[in-house]
Amino acid sequence: MTTEILLAGFGGQGVLFAGKVLAYCGLMDSKKLSWLPSYGPEMRGGTANCSVCISDEPIGSPLVLTPDILIAMNGPSYDKFINSVKSGGKAFIDSTLVDAKSDRTDIDCFYIPSTEIADGNDLKGGSNMVLLGKLIKETGIFNYDTIQKAIEKVVPASKMHLIENNLKAIKLGMNY
Amino acid sequence: MERSLMKGNEALAEAAIRAGCKCFFGYPITPQTELSAYMAKRMHKAGGVFLQAESEIAAINMVLGAASTGVRAMTSSSSPGVSLKSEGISYLAGSDVPALIINVQRGGPGLGGIQPSQADYWQATRAMGHGDFHVLVFAPCSVQEMVDMVVKAFDTADKYRIPAMILADGLLGQMMEPVSFPEINPDSVDKSSWAACGHGNKREHHVINSLYLQANELEDKVNERFKRYEIIKENETDAELYLTDDCDILVCAYGASARIVKSAVNSAREAGIKAGMFRPKTLWPFPVKELNKACKNASELLCVEMSKGQMIDDVKLAINCSKPVSFFGRTGGVIPTPVEVLEQIKKIGGKI
Amino acid sequence: MPVVFKRPDSLLDVPMHYCPGCSHGIVHRLVCEVIDEMGIEGDTIGVCPVGCAVMSYDYFGCDMIEAPHGRAPAVATGVKRTNPDKFVFTYQGDGDLAAIGTAETVHVGARGENIVIIFINNTIYGMTGGQMAPTTIPGQVTQTTPFGRDPELAGYPVRVCELISTLTGTALAQRVAVDTVKHIKEAKEAIRKAFENQKEKRGLSIVEVLSTCPTNWGLSPVDAIKRLQKEMIPYYPLGVYKDVTTKEGEK
Repeated sequence: MTTEILLAGFGGQGVLFAGKVLAYCGLMDSKKLSWLPSYGPEMRGGTANCSVCISDEPIGSPLVLTPDILIAMNGPSYDKFINSVKSGGKAFIDSTLVDAKSDRTDIDCFYIPSTEIADGNDLKGGSNMVLLGKLIKETGIFNYDTIQKAIEKVVPASKMHLIENNLKAIKLGMNY
Repeated sequence: MERSLMKGNEALAEAAIRAGCKCFFGYPITPQTELSAYMAKRMHKAGGVFLQAESEIAAINMVLGAASTGVRAMTSSSSPGVSLKSEGISYLAGSDVPALIINVQRGGPGLGGIQPSQADYWQATRAMGHGDFHVLVFAPCSVQEMVDMVVKAFDTADKYRIPAMILADGLLGQMMEPVSFPEINPDSVDKSSWAACGHGNKREHHVINSLYLQANELEDKVNERFKRYEIIKENETDAELYLTDDCDILVCAYGASARIVKSAVNSAREAGIKAGMFRPKTLWPFPVKELNKACKNASELLCVEMSKGQMIDDVKLAINCSKPVSFFGRTGGVIPTPVEVLEQIKKIGGKI
Repeated sequence: MPVVFKRPDSLLDVPMHYCPGCSHGIVHRLVCEVIDEMGIEGDTIGVCPVGCAVMSYDYFGCDMIEAPHGRAPAVATGVKRTNPDKFVFTYQGDGDLAAIGTAETVHVGARGENIVIIFINNTIYGMTGGQMAPTTIPGQVTQTTPFGRDPELAGYPVRVCELISTLTGTALAQRVAVDTVKHIKEAKEAIRKAFENQKEKRGLSIVEVLSTCPTNWGLSPVDAIKRLQKEMIPYYPLGVYKDVTTKEGEK
């Protein structure tokens, strides 16, 4: 089975980074996986999104059009993608920045004030990791140990001090 | 073997360095720029040369200069930039100088777009510059294959003294997948019989040249090259055949399109349609024998490309138009979906 | 009997295709004399242009590469960067260097590429039969300026040494001529200085040689020399435009 994940938000919110963490989780668990960013002008402050596929089988198309799991970090991304989530899928929404509530009953929507949580815990810019924490808790796709290993791998050696903060944000999300 | 996560563009660069590439000359263009950036970081440490040229034209000519002295040299670009390189590629071919050119395709014509495309198939396989010549064209469909094909491309180019191209696209260049680097032992081809690297007063001077003012002389030269092409066609084709033994409908696709087609073929099988896939890994030489084997039992072929239909010409030629070949493609940077391809397969399936 | 004059060893003993009175032969000889004197033939790679000197690969005894039109500086860059201990020179005409290859020319200077450029300026396209060059002087009649070069229509000539001398990476930019024995001796000294610069890794050295093209100018060889002196030297003054080895550095 292939789990298709779509992460979307503003450029600068760490959408691609969060996707990379998930991809590295797949690597740590010896899964087949792919990570595909949107690229081009939208990377410079517009909307950014990234497709992550995790599977036991070889990945066909790496482009996620109908995600099993959606992370929506802002209003435009929520509007654009909420209706593309597969029936039975899950959406994780930053409710600090997204006011809307979906009327879809065939998917599970989790509204997490992730920006507020991150800011309130002195973890500015950690909204992505809060959402990721909630995602692994609700989907069980990876456990905490895996995500810890993944973050240690993704964070460049020059920014080791950020590992702690990222893990703190993950835990906040898991416990929300 | 340890797996790491890498973008296609970066994997191409790392593989080239490991394959003994000693110099990279390039010019920034989306969506291949990570390749240049990776080279800028790594090439010096690997004891090679990285240089950002003033243009794509200068870059390919720097490759011509470096490769003429016998070192492994490469450049990379994306569609509009590859057009600029075509002059230099023709000179490489006409001078029998092996080198590697990477095209991470984007939509065209003109400035086109920056999203993935496969609209440069004709250019790569038929018109990579003026004159009677071919370049080797390899078409990877995964990040791992990008690694493997870079090594293969350098080796094959050296073996036959012919330029080689990796024809990728923005999707493959930008995506990350697990990749492992096998112990690479690049073929060490002795180039001392032709390389222009200074004769040291020990031999006649070597001339790297593509000019032959006597028509007969030029014809002989081109004929000699085409004899080599025949040997290449005989020995260097490669293709993946997927579920083709019993297939009714054979879907033909290369590169990123083939990933989408594979998903669609799997879905078709689940729906009881006997579909299979033919994926050429070499576009020139085109795997004619392999295609004929793959479609032996098929009653219809479907070609899927991220273009308006270019490889379909080679598919039809390869089977001598002996079976109906239909086409489905998206262009301009739009990536076809497995659902769309499945619909096409079902449409054909309904007819059978 | 002692030999006082002979063909340089690095100039191959083959008939040249150049027209009577053309100065390519002189400049080839000067380059080869310098190569011989420095004893570097075996360590030299030449890059020839598209234009009349396209077949100079048959004349220069060192290893040679024939570049696409205007791209010789880029080809030379590829050679030099991968073979930094070898001597690399390009031999280019005015159309090749100052029209189609302007970008390549400017950027080897900008990068301070440690190579030598021998630039033949004869104010006309020779190989294709006498069309306007980027260096064609205003008023000069060519196939494509049949009423004389009109700057209103065809713009103004490019003064290459002046242009290249503005670049930080340029070590030497010198304009010479091959019309008299004195000038020929000066030209050889300039070429020698250019190759010495390369040995000392000083950067780009360009030697612009004002040359004749009797055939396409429609003049006898003697009259062609007179034209060079009367029309070209006043428009393209001889001299050193940049020399990093002199005290003041630039002139």
